[in-house]
Amino acid sequence: MFKKRHVLSMREFSREEIDSVLDLASTLEPYARGKKSDMLAGKILALLFFEPSTRTRMSFETAMKRLGGGVINLGPAEGSSISKGESLADTVRVIGGYADALVIRHPKEGSARLASEFSPVPVLNAGDGAGHHPTQTLLDLYTIKKEQGRIDDLEIALVGDLKYGRTVHSLAYALSLYGADVTLVSPPTLRMPESIRSDLFSKGTKVREVCDLSQVVNNVDVLYMTRIQRERFPDPQEYNKVARSYRLTPQFLAGARKNLIIMHPLPRVDEISPEVDGTPYARYFQQSFYGVTVRMALLKMLIGGGA
Amino acid sequence: METKIMETGKTPSDAKDEPRELRVKPIKNGTVIDHIAGGQALNVLKILGISGTTDATVSVVMNVESSKLGKKDIVKVEDRELLEDEVNKIALIAPAASINIIRDYLVIEKHIVDLPSEIVGVVRCQNPNCISNTSEPIKSRMLVKARNPVLLRCIFCEQPLTDRIAEYLI
Repeated sequence: MFKKRHVLSMREFSREEIDSVLDLASTLEPYARGKKSDMLAGKILALLFFEPSTRTRMSFETAMKRLGGGVINLGPAEGSSISKGESLADTVRVIGGYADALVIRHPKEGSARLASEFSPVPVLNAGDGAGHHPTQTLLDLYTIKKEQGRIDDLEIALVGDLKYGRTVHSLAYALSLYGADVTLVSPPTLRMPESIRSDLFSKGTKVREVCDLSQVVNNVDVLYMTRIQRERFPDPQEYNKVARSYRLTPQFLAGARKNLIIMHPLPRVDEISPEVDGTPYARYFQQSFYGVTVRMALLKMLIGGGA
Repeated sequence: METKIMETGKTPSDAKDEPRELRVKPIKNGTVIDHIAGGQALNVLKILGISGTTDATVSVVMNVESSKLGKKDIVKVEDRELLEDEVNKIALIAPAASINIIRDYLVIEKHIVDLPSEIVGVVRCQNPNCISNTSEPIKSRMLVKARNPVLLRCIFCEQPLTDRIAEYLI
């Protein structure tokens, strides 16, 4: 089902396809924990990161190496052909000739789709501006399924920067495929864009919007916190107005449901206090680990001979 | 000032929609664009590249009563037959428009505009951070998600465009 296709946007995934990724990821988890594998021996993954990344970049690299494959990296832009004015299209055509798949993160929205049109090998979108980050969404879904036992019919709150945060855009869309009940929690200036809200409504998803986090903490199964991202704000003053809108502390969680899990795509700044890490609700570090598992599944499906 | 002139290139739907007291001079050769949504005639002229300095003979009627549209505009351009990409552009802002090609006072072709499922190189994405608004070797591409009113979605960044389409015509 996946061989040679690209992974660009969650809009291109059916629920069945998502489930097949999550199922394969589950079987690969022992390899993510260190069990030896040569499933992708002889294969090469190229990492093209035009924006900073720590966990996405390293988890792709770990996933490939855990499955026995190799990784090549685009060096710092200053030392590469990009600084000489080469187009992304040409870069992708050239590096696509060196590797079996490309992972791309780029500041422009739509860049991964452009790459897919010029690349001779599958392209995985690791974040295109404020656009999509589908592998993050798949690992988020895997975390929810793993920690809650299901995704269907859960009550889920997405909190923080819902305007510029690409992870919540993709996740909200994917949750609509599972009949989740979604509460959007953000300052008024950082509301989920209308185009995404209307998508959710059109799929029959129950959506409500609030500004006050305390109204929802006790009534959800999943609390998905996000960082308010300074780098996405055109105006620094606008950032300062909303920068510390939410801060989750153990006191906030006194009346939480027993099965609540708290997730975060990381890095966090101060939206989750470190004291929350020791509560039974925190799952963000497991979530980060599951990134390796899910990316292993995608790589195996794309370049390893299918599920 | 009212102008009363015969319209020999008239079609049955023209006859139904145009009250007799609102007639415009028939043209010998050229194009009549009818059933433009009321108020969009000036945007149609923009699409056709017709500005105040043009030499073309152009007639514009705005906000005529229409049984089909309520209010409609009509544009007549003499000595010019529209090309396919021009017709496509008109469909973006006037999805119900009909294009009549006139030769020697007769309608020799009549097209109802019809948007294709994808529009290439016609409308710029409104997202300034979209990769299609850079110097990459690609044309803008919009999927047509709805036809009346028109809803476009950029194939690259997936941003929708519905109102203000005329502002983003290339």
